[in-house]
Amino acid sequence: MSEIVPPEVRPKPAVPAKPSHVAPPSRSALLGYIGIDTIIEQMRKKTMKTGFDFNIMVVGQSGLGKSTLVNTLFKSQVSRRSTSWSRDEKIPKTVEIKSVSHVIEEGGVKMKLTVIDTPGFGDQINNENCWEPISKYINEQYEKFLKEEVNIARKKRIPDTRVHCCLYFISPTGHSLRQLDIEFMKHLSRVVNIIPVIAKSDTLTLDEKTEFKQKVRKELEACGIECYPQKEFDEDMEDKSDNDKIREAMPFAVVGSDKEYQANAKRILGRKTPWGVVEVENPNHCEFSLLRDFMIRSHLQDLKEVTHNIHYETYRAKRLNDNGGLHPISSSVPMPIKHTQVMCKPTKF
Amino acid sequence: CCGHEGWPPTCFSFVVFCQSCLLKPSTVFGFGLQQQKNLEGYVGFANLPNQVYRKSVKRGFEFTLMVVGESGLGKSTLINSLFLTDLYSPEYPGPSNRIKKTVQVEQSKVLIKEGGVQLLLTIVDTPGFGDAVDNSNCWQTVIDHIDSKFEDYLNAESLVNRRLMPDSRVHCCLYFIAPSGHGLKPLDIEFMKRLHEKVNIIPLIAKADTLTPEECQQFKKQIMREIQEHKIKIYEFPETDDEEESKLVKKIKDRLPLAVVGSNTIIEVNGKRVRGRQYPWGVAEVENGEHCDFTILRNMLIRTHMQDLKDVTNNVHYENYRSRKLAAVTYNGVDNNKNKGQLTKSPLAQMEEERREHVTKMKKMEMEMEQVFEMKVKEKIQKLRDSEAELQRRHEQMKKNLEAQHKELEEKRRQLEEEKVSWEAQQRMLEQQKLDASRYALVYKDTPELCC
Repeated sequence: MSEIVPPEVRPKPAVPAKPSHVAPPSRSALLGYIGIDTIIEQMRKKTMKTGFDFNIMVVGQSGLGKSTLVNTLFKSQVSRRSTSWSRDEKIPKTVEIKSVSHVIEEGGVKMKLTVIDTPGFGDQINNENCWEPISKYINEQYEKFLKEEVNIARKKRIPDTRVHCCLYFISPTGHSLRQLDIEFMKHLSRVVNIIPVIAKSDTLTLDEKTEFKQKVRKELEACGIECYPQKEFDEDMEDKSDNDKIREAMPFAVVGSDKEYQANAKRILGRKTPWGVVEVENPNHCEFSLLRDFMIRSHLQDLKEVTHNIHYETYRAKRLNDNGGLHPISSSVPMPIKHTQVMCKPTKF
Repeated sequence: CCGHEGWPPTCFSFVVFCQSCLLKPSTVFGFGLQQQKNLEGYVGFANLPNQVYRKSVKRGFEFTLMVVGESGLGKSTLINSLFLTDLYSPEYPGPSNRIKKTVQVEQSKVLIKEGGVQLLLTIVDTPGFGDAVDNSNCWQTVIDHIDSKFEDYLNAESLVNRRLMPDSRVHCCLYFIAPSGHGLKPLDIEFMKRLHEKVNIIPLIAKADTLTPEECQQFKKQIMREIQEHKIKIYEFPETDDEEESKLVKKIKDRLPLAVVGSNTIIEVNGKRVRGRQYPWGVAEVENGEHCDFTILRNMLIRTHMQDLKDVTNNVHYENYRSRKLAAVTYNGVDNNKNKGQLTKSPLAQMEEERREHVTKMKKMEMEMEQVFEMKVKEKIQKLRDSEAELQRRHEQMKKNLEAQHKELEEKRRQLEEEKVSWEAQQRMLEQQKLDASRYALVYKDTPELCC
């Protein structure tokens, strides 16, 4: 006997279904212009109003041209040397961390640039553990950000003092990496984005340069040191191919200069020697322009994202696991434990 | 002194004066006051320098040069450029290409000949200097090496027989400063402070093509300031009376420390073949005085001041070492070192002691030889005994064999005899039978009735 019984309506499950069961949204053709693409414009306006910050740390022995390079990169006198330091100042006895902030503007976009310098690194006779102050500083910045994040009354925009990028200066010996370089990079490549550069590369002829770069790459690989851009964070094929090209050219052999000279009826940045002028922005002479394009023009946002999504999250997870709950080291506001389960991250651009 | 016959003499170190001359003003005011006399003809001692020259050329020269600096500063390349030889080549690479964990001291010797003059050049290298993370006391190995060379020379000098006295002391130390453009590093200062009393230090700015001329000037000034501040005594060029030379010396002094570039690759520049480094923006020429101070260094080190470096090492640094060593020993009275004992005695006593030492050594050697001899003899005897026993054994065995054979033979003979006897017996019997038979036959022939 067949009966037409209306199909029973199953009660909806109490637990929300897993996302994989939700069908992907179907594409539908637009019948007219809505204006969704103006969101990019809106974001741009917002960014321009708020500006954004970028923190770069320079590490290397004294005399490798760190401050000059930073000045050249940002085409302004932003380094520690130009503000207060004189050329004849003595080398400090321990590693110090000095940071200088400037606000630079270009095309309506404001950027708060902080240059963190590490004088005294690798200059002493005994350089054991000279990376510890640096490591401590980086972790302190993460801690600061974590505390702000975990606060009950959060600020609308947490000031970001975390180190987004660390430029490590390799001395152009032409032979291999020094023991100190390897130790530093081993300890810090998991904590911060390291970009190694070969300093004062006008010492090396072209052959010596290629040989040295190959040796450095091999040594980094042998020691298991992953510099930025890390292979594991490549998202898709396009990223991978771009980053592969960059990884082949790393470490960049750079020359910095803040003086201009006349050459070929143009005024260019360079260094004048009795046998010629080293042009800083000439790709045949050195790889400064490559570094600048890579760091600023294409990967600036990515540097910040990797710092936030990966390095900071690693630190946060470690902290939360270690303490079994967040007990801020020194806080005036007592933390109820429930708060640690809040998972949403503040949106950052 | 003056031909006076007066006596008694009075001894002033090595010159004997008679009483009357002693009172003359010229002698009282010290020995420096020499009366120059004009010669009335050609005597010929102006030829002395030539004689010295000929002798030294025959003997050849020795020079030991030490290079110190972090790896990768171009030390090996500079040595190759200075002496225009490939001391360090791809087959025998310089120390920078071989990774070292600790500071070591390596010596390479090369014999160079030029224009009939021979130079035995020893290069002392210090790989591993300043390369570790912790570089405290990396200068200790270097200091120990220099001291040991001084000690060797001191011991050689104190021997009775010192005909062969090779001079392996370090005559000059080239210290390479990294071209940071700022000033000296703490390591540089420490090293130079510890070594300026032991060896002639010549500081050099390595890889000087990194610096522009202005930076170079500033850097040099900074370094000289720091050197003076820390009271480091680098090698000082001697003052000369000669106008030309003193101008040269002044020029060198102004450009201290010398900024050098090393290279042995030959590049064509404007049709000329020069040694230099090829960059995309130009060629840095090694021998161009405007590009770097290499020519000054080479001229100073090899062409003008090599002998002076050796003299200063001998007269100043070595004497300092020697006096310190001897003073320490006489002060303490306790020798911590076996070798120190040699130096406190007067030559005669020392000769005596050396003779005694020699004799004891000979005795010891004799004893040793005797021992060895005895041992050998014992061995031989043992061997002979063994072989004798062996032979004896064999002899016994053979005798036994022989006896056994003998017995066998005897046995056989006996058997043979027996057989013979039995055979003979048989034969006899047979014969007897035959005889009997024949007799019977005869008998029966004669008496046929007896048979049947």
